[in-house]
Amino acid sequence: MKVSANTRTLGSLRPGQTCRVIGLADQAVSPELEERLLRMGFAEDAAIEVRHEGLFGRDPMAVKVDGVILALRRREADTILVEVDAPR
Amino acid sequence: MTPGAAYRLALVGNPNCGKSALFNALTGGRQKVGNYPGVTVERRVGRLRTPSGIAIDVIDLPGSYSLTPHSADEAVTHKVILGQQDGELPPDAILCVVDATSLAFHLPLVLELKRLGKPMLVTLNMMDLAERDGIRIDTAALARELGLPVVGSVAVRKAGTRALVETLSSTLETLKTQPPADTTSIPTDVRGLRREARRIAQAATLSEGREHKVTRVLDRVFLHRVAGPAILFGLLFLMFQAVFSWAEAPMNWIDGGIVGLQALASSQIANPALRSLLVDGILAGVGSVVIFLPQILILFLFILVLEASGYMARAAFLMDRLMAGVGLNGRAFIPLLSSFACAIPGIMAARTIDSQRDRLTTIMVAPLMTCSARLPVYALIIAAFIPDRKVWGAVGLQGMVMFSLYLFGIVAALTVAAVLKRTMLRGAAQPLLLELPKYQMPNWRDVAIGLWQRAKIFMRRAGGIILISMIVLWALSSFPPPPPGATQPPIFYSAAAWVGKGLQTVFAPIGFNWEISVALIPGLAAREVAVAALGTVYALSGSEDAIKTSLAETLRNAWTLPTALSFLMWYVFAPQCLSTLAVTKRETNSWRWTFFMAGYLFALAYVFAGATYWITKAIVG
Repeated sequence: MKVSANTRTLGSLRPGQTCRVIGLADQAVSPELEERLLRMGFAEDAAIEVRHEGLFGRDPMAVKVDGVILALRRREADTILVEVDAPR
Repeated sequence: MTPGAAYRLALVGNPNCGKSALFNALTGGRQKVGNYPGVTVERRVGRLRTPSGIAIDVIDLPGSYSLTPHSADEAVTHKVILGQQDGELPPDAILCVVDATSLAFHLPLVLELKRLGKPMLVTLNMMDLAERDGIRIDTAALARELGLPVVGSVAVRKAGTRALVETLSSTLETLKTQPPADTTSIPTDVRGLRREARRIAQAATLSEGREHKVTRVLDRVFLHRVAGPAILFGLLFLMFQAVFSWAEAPMNWIDGGIVGLQALASSQIANPALRSLLVDGILAGVGSVVIFLPQILILFLFILVLEASGYMARAAFLMDRLMAGVGLNGRAFIPLLSSFACAIPGIMAARTIDSQRDRLTTIMVAPLMTCSARLPVYALIIAAFIPDRKVWGAVGLQGMVMFSLYLFGIVAALTVAAVLKRTMLRGAAQPLLLELPKYQMPNWRDVAIGLWQRAKIFMRRAGGIILISMIVLWALSSFPPPPPGATQPPIFYSAAAWVGKGLQTVFAPIGFNWEISVALIPGLAAREVAVAALGTVYALSGSEDAIKTSLAETLRNAWTLPTALSFLMWYVFAPQCLSTLAVTKRETNSWRWTFFMAGYLFALAYVFAGATYWITKAIVG
């Protein structure tokens, strides 16, 4: 996992931002959750675009990954480490 | 495969891959819907006959993201494919359905299935949508990379499955004799599967296309932080308006039909006991359930259309935060919404919730949502006791009481859910991870098939448990017959009255008289029966409308306000519906949870009705 200055958690991103997954925060993820996150496409190098967020606490959030739009909570999104793309 | 038997083809795919639409297109109306034994997963099988005359039994398996099961649905899919599921013979081949617009997302399941080494072919569904988005897939390259036959299909169009059926009839026989594919190169871990899926998707995609604009634009509106929830509540409001106003006319027709049948039976049957059984027992009882069919169908029309269009997942997204407050997630919203028409479809809809704890919690609180069977009871008591006057300008007092009863049910449901999730059903918070499918015009054939199946399930219920309990309750209220020269109504001398008078000692503290206690017994079968039962107890006769008007009059004189309000509050909670309990038993597969549901609801009903009685009494004196 190459952690750099641009490394954030997916949960800290806002709609319109794009990023690339660099890994899961191991200590925060149970094997079951890890399996599900990977299964839904949150695997290394996956390109993600944050699309929408809820009204209260900006939760949950909707992101686009692998051509599919997925909803997840910030709580889980916070376990996904990403590298934010430079704004276009 | 035994000679002469139909070929067995299992339909497998991710949720939202258009698998059920494809199943409907392949099999048309020739479907059987049932349950797998012991689990509450729907079993759907339909027969397809190819032009060359081969009979194929198509088994529609629940949508599944992987073969590692996370829910009851996914476990059944896995077991059926391996031939380990009770009540299902092993399939002869697998047809894996893949959404052509998001290949990389769907291919890991294909690879997992292939690793099982069963005869298998792949169909690229939604080819029309892929074309629209400018996505071009080299089917031959995909087949080569996967080492499996691949054929395109468009499930929503009649002609869209022709190529698939042709391929099926030509390849099924050869598939069986082929040696199992080489599966050694397929990764066994999730990361590897995804990587391989991405590689194959890239190799087979000629043009990436551009994203579906409509979905993007619609989501900007429907998932907008402020407009989104506002639109959702607008839709819900429209839905409830429709359930209650559109259903009125057909409900009157059904009512008229039942009354006509009752009149016919009364005039044709000489034996008084037989006549009473048919007229007051069977026709009145079954009629009181069948009359809700229009409301349930309208509600399901909305739900099916919202689901088919892709909006329902957005509703779950919008409601997630609220549901998180009580420890559930957005998925619990749909079952609870259905429960406003009737708790039975609501409890059944809880199947889609992947966490067992969340599912149980949802089932336990579903009866607290105000179902349409409470309406006749609420309407009667409100008309009798709440003055028809305006408060705060335009708002009617009667309507406000009705609204607060609904609100009370919702608050109670959320509170009980929160308590359950913190005590008996405590567990780690379940992640949401919900796919928001592309928006689509609903396919009317699929909606019609869905409605027809709901109607069948509902009518079967009216014919089964309701029919039996109605006959039992009729017998209780009719025997023994009144002595000669009786001055009280017949029910006064019946077995039901003994029970009712016994119950009165229990119910006296919450303000119920013996008449109410007696009416509660037939009202156990279904809530709305209490209205007719009160009519019987107060010895009223005449048409139903006459009973309603004069019953309100009679109750006004016979009950005090505290008793009336206590009775209303009782109905917010009491599980006076045998069918709900029966479906809970079936869905939870547990008598313990069924008794728990009945127990806690009766306890809350008693406590809240009592509190209402004593507080009102203290205020009005």
